[in-house]
Amino acid sequence: MSAPNSSYDPVEVEALSEDAVAAALADALEAIDAAGDLDTLKAARLQHAGDRSALALANREIGALPPAARADAGKRVGQARGQVGRALAQRQEQLEAERDARVLVEEGVDVTLPVLRRPLGARHPLELLVERIEDLFVGMGWEVAEGPEVEAEWFNFDGLNFDPDHPARQMQDTFFLEPARARLVLRTHTSPVQVRSLLERGVPTYVICPGTTFRTDELDATHTPVFRQVEGLAVDDHLSMAHLKGTLEHFAEQMFGALPTRWRPSYFPFTEPSAEMDLQCFTCHGEAGACRTCGGTGWIEWGGCGMVAPNVLRSCGVDPDRYSGFAFGMGIERTLMLRNGVGDMHDMVEGDVRFSTHYGMEI
Amino acid sequence: MRTPLSFLRDHAGLEPSTTVAQVQQALVRVGLEEEAVHGGDVTGPVVVGEVLQVQAEPQKNGKTINWCQVRVAPGDGDDAVRGIVCGAHNFVAGDQVVVALPGSVLPGGFAISARKTYGHVSDGMICSARELGLGDDHEGIIVLSTLGLTGLEPGTDAIDLLGLDEVTVEVNVTPDRGYCFSLRGIAREYALSTGAPFSDPVDPAVVPAPQPDGAGHEVRIEDDAPVRGRLGCDRYVARTVRGVDTSARTPLWMQRVLQQCGMRPISLAVDVTNYVMLATGQPLHAFDLATLRGPVVVRRARQGERLTTLDGVVRELHPEDLLITDEDVDGSSRVLAIAGVMGGADSEVSATTTELLVESAHFDPVTVARSARRHKLATEASRRFERGVDTDLADRAAELAVRLLTEYGGGDGSTGVTDVDRREPRKPVTMRSDLPRRLAGVDYTDEQVDAALAAVGCDVTRGEGVVEVLPPSWRPDLVEGADLVEEVARVNGYDQIPVVLPKAPAGRGLTRSQRLRRSAARALADAGLVQVVTYPFMAPERHDELGLPADDARRTALRLANPLSAEQPLLRTSLLATLVDTARRNLSRGARDLALFEIGLVYRPTGEQTVPPELPPAVRPSDEQLAALQATVPPQPRHAAVLLSGHREQPGWWGPGRAVEWSDAVAAAEQLASALGVQLQVTADDHAPWHPGRCARMTVRGGELDGTLVGHAGELHPRVVTALELPPRTCAAEVDLDVLIAAAPDVVLAEAVSTHPVALRDVALVVDVAVPAAEVETALRVGGGPLVEEVRLFDEYRGDQLAEGKRSLAYHLVLRAPDRTLTGDEAEAVRDAAVAEAAARTGAALRAS
Repeated sequence: MSAPNSSYDPVEVEALSEDAVAAALADALEAIDAAGDLDTLKAARLQHAGDRSALALANREIGALPPAARADAGKRVGQARGQVGRALAQRQEQLEAERDARVLVEEGVDVTLPVLRRPLGARHPLELLVERIEDLFVGMGWEVAEGPEVEAEWFNFDGLNFDPDHPARQMQDTFFLEPARARLVLRTHTSPVQVRSLLERGVPTYVICPGTTFRTDELDATHTPVFRQVEGLAVDDHLSMAHLKGTLEHFAEQMFGALPTRWRPSYFPFTEPSAEMDLQCFTCHGEAGACRTCGGTGWIEWGGCGMVAPNVLRSCGVDPDRYSGFAFGMGIERTLMLRNGVGDMHDMVEGDVRFSTHYGMEI
Repeated sequence: MRTPLSFLRDHAGLEPSTTVAQVQQALVRVGLEEEAVHGGDVTGPVVVGEVLQVQAEPQKNGKTINWCQVRVAPGDGDDAVRGIVCGAHNFVAGDQVVVALPGSVLPGGFAISARKTYGHVSDGMICSARELGLGDDHEGIIVLSTLGLTGLEPGTDAIDLLGLDEVTVEVNVTPDRGYCFSLRGIAREYALSTGAPFSDPVDPAVVPAPQPDGAGHEVRIEDDAPVRGRLGCDRYVARTVRGVDTSARTPLWMQRVLQQCGMRPISLAVDVTNYVMLATGQPLHAFDLATLRGPVVVRRARQGERLTTLDGVVRELHPEDLLITDEDVDGSSRVLAIAGVMGGADSEVSATTTELLVESAHFDPVTVARSARRHKLATEASRRFERGVDTDLADRAAELAVRLLTEYGGGDGSTGVTDVDRREPRKPVTMRSDLPRRLAGVDYTDEQVDAALAAVGCDVTRGEGVVEVLPPSWRPDLVEGADLVEEVARVNGYDQIPVVLPKAPAGRGLTRSQRLRRSAARALADAGLVQVVTYPFMAPERHDELGLPADDARRTALRLANPLSAEQPLLRTSLLATLVDTARRNLSRGARDLALFEIGLVYRPTGEQTVPPELPPAVRPSDEQLAALQATVPPQPRHAAVLLSGHREQPGWWGPGRAVEWSDAVAAAEQLASALGVQLQVTADDHAPWHPGRCARMTVRGGELDGTLVGHAGELHPRVVTALELPPRTCAAEVDLDVLIAAAPDVVLAEAVSTHPVALRDVALVVDVAVPAAEVETALRVGGGPLVEEVRLFDEYRGDQLAEGKRSLAYHLVLRAPDRTLTGDEAEAVRDAAVAEAAARTGAALRAS
């Protein structure tokens, strides 16, 4: 460092000369500009903006100038250092952006690779359909009732007005359990839950009962010995067949969309009057002919229904002169076949995972 | 029931222009569902041919064919005589036959063309009955003279002649409509539906029944043991017909009706009884009068009696069987028939029968139903009797039969009329006048109600607020008001009933159990498992394959009396018992990595089966009776089962994947329990069908059901895997969903979330390898107290650095206070307390670092 200088003579301090400062600045800017990466830039920063850089050293010489010259020289050096600083920052930003961009490119992956390390699970579509039906009725204020699958004959038959000697009882194709004196069966329909619900709840009752049922049918394309039904039962002080129709038409529309239906008289021991509800064939749209879906009739049977028979009400302690009700039973498998186009019963009951997996978690 | 449209034309005003579809529509409207359409599918030219020449030609294959010259048209035209090859031999030159000429189409779309066969060009086909859709007879071709058709002009249209274009509609008859097992019943319903007039083939004006004349065969009804208090036979009409020509033939029209209705013509006597049954619904039986030794007695069977029925089977009779017997002069009794079910061989009419006794009786439906069921004999007669036959028909049906027999077979039936009538008068039904409106929901006028009931044959009398209705004799199913409402509704049409959506009272939504079951299924599916449903039937051997010990409660299974497969008579006591079959099916279809689950009932009889109380019909059982009834129903808990094999995580670009192992099964159970808000306590167990060293027993942890068994999970026993042909290392879990649901919290109470920082402390503890990790973890939690937020095992080590038989368990302890930041000293104190408890409970020692 030079000694204090009391007179104005910048030349006395060579490093502060205009030329020297300009040269240092030019060197610095050139080096900054030339820095191709952040490391080079770091070195350039050290060299041209560090404590030992030409401009820093020149700055320290300002004190050696005569007072009159200090402001001038200080301004010159200060501006130069400022310019270097800005150039450095600018270059830094530029190089960092370039580096970041490069890293992102390098980190790129093939996002189309398969990603599921564990295959997805699935619900069984019959179960999903049951839930959907439950939700529909729960939304209307109904409740969901349940009963056992191995059932007392009284609930499955006698309480439902099935005379022990009437052919209707034989036509149920019942699985009986041993010993015979226990009078147990695999329930042939979900109707015993009608009796159980009514005994338990009294009037008014609005319940549906989905569940597994059993008949001694061999498995084929349209039959299975183990199948599901959803039973409906409403008993109140004002119900008529009009309400039965209203309920089932709504149910059908929610399942299949707007579709012509047909109501025809039928017979069940536990309902009187009784009816069967048919849906127009999805395949031939009622054109019948040689349609294999409906067997040429143009209609597909969906389920049976009717007004609860007075004897059933009596068996449940309900006075048929004061109260009335309706009941219906629809096949879940059949509903799924019709609604989702399942062609063969085997698919629904054989437990092939591909059948469930196809649906996933929704139907 | 099959109905030829010709019958509807004759008796129910069916117009020739009416289509088959319209007929079906009319019938279905009143409850007779369409089943099938038969006939009407023959198109010409099908003609009468006269065989001019038959030349037998033996063939190399051993058969002999006939090369025939057949005149198929009058005159001398080129095509008037054709050469036809025929394989049948039941005809000779001069016979008239039915020839399907080239261009005709026979039933089943069988098109006839001239074709080369056996060295000739066969220019048509000589037809058998079956080929023409006239029944099952394919023994030979039809010789028209055997049908009573002679002297026809060759070339006559045989379609018209034989009614080959006649259409028969088949409808499904519900079991309450016995009367619709007759053409008369179907015609009545058709007329009811269309409004056309109905003419009864046994209208009293047309077929008046003669009065008993004292000259008839003696008949006694001696029912000393009525079933359910009902007389087994309340009417027995017997008619004697003498001097019938044994060579008489059944007229063609009657044969056609029998064929169209699916029956086979046999002989005049049999055909007439069958025809009358089809036409009227009254089953008849014809006895060979010459074989009867004395009066006919209708009585119950005695112990030890037997009968060889017409089908050649010797039947051991039951005291409830109602019999037709005859009584010899010495008072001995011989069984002739099981009443209303089937006759015996002894008294059967034969080719030499000239004297007949025609039985036309009314038997009790219950008696007939029980006999038919007992002897597994569902006959045309029993089918009708058990559904209820018109109670006012026996005499007229008998008269119709006698008329037909004498008309076509000669002889005399004008005397010999017996009519034992023990009928009770029909009971009127009293119905409140508003019932049709109330039940059907239609504003019927009184006139509409009365007209509808009259249309189905009821006598209607109106009283104060009530209607008194006497149902017709053919409707034993009309016993109370609701039955009459159905008649009113169906006569007016179900389409008249309005559509009204009822408003249910506010409901409570799904029950807790129903909600939780959905959560359970969803949790398992979310865990990557696929839901399946299986049949609950299983073989007894499955218990052995699963390695269940001899005294295992799961060996106590319910047994079906009538299983579909004799090999699988039992109902499952665990889901795994049937889920393994589904697993195998999937594997056999090429699946390699399986993750299945099933939710369903298992059947767990207690071994002490109680007997239900006898309950009267249509009465509410008492609470005690209901409790006794419920007690007969065995427990059927709802289980969830999981079965895993192959890869749990797939190999892929990320690496080799991970094979299924025991812990995946336990994890599935944990996920399921956790979805329901239940915590499980896991302990080691040795429980079939699991691997004794890799079986987790899971119980409820905490709450009122603390310690209750939930189920088991782990790897299956290698022996079980071998026995069931499952892939090695198959893993499984089965839990009692009902227990989990019972243990689930009703309301999950909130827990405050501390915002203070955590203190983390790690400890490594050395324990005997036999000490379960769960116990160490519990000790750390208990010892550490409420400031312990989480204890997580992050490493297990066994090896050189430890003594033999030891392992090191390394835990993260996450510590946090609800109200303050823990100081270092506090955290140390908690850690020390936790370690001290673990040391006390499990002998754990801090691992030297």
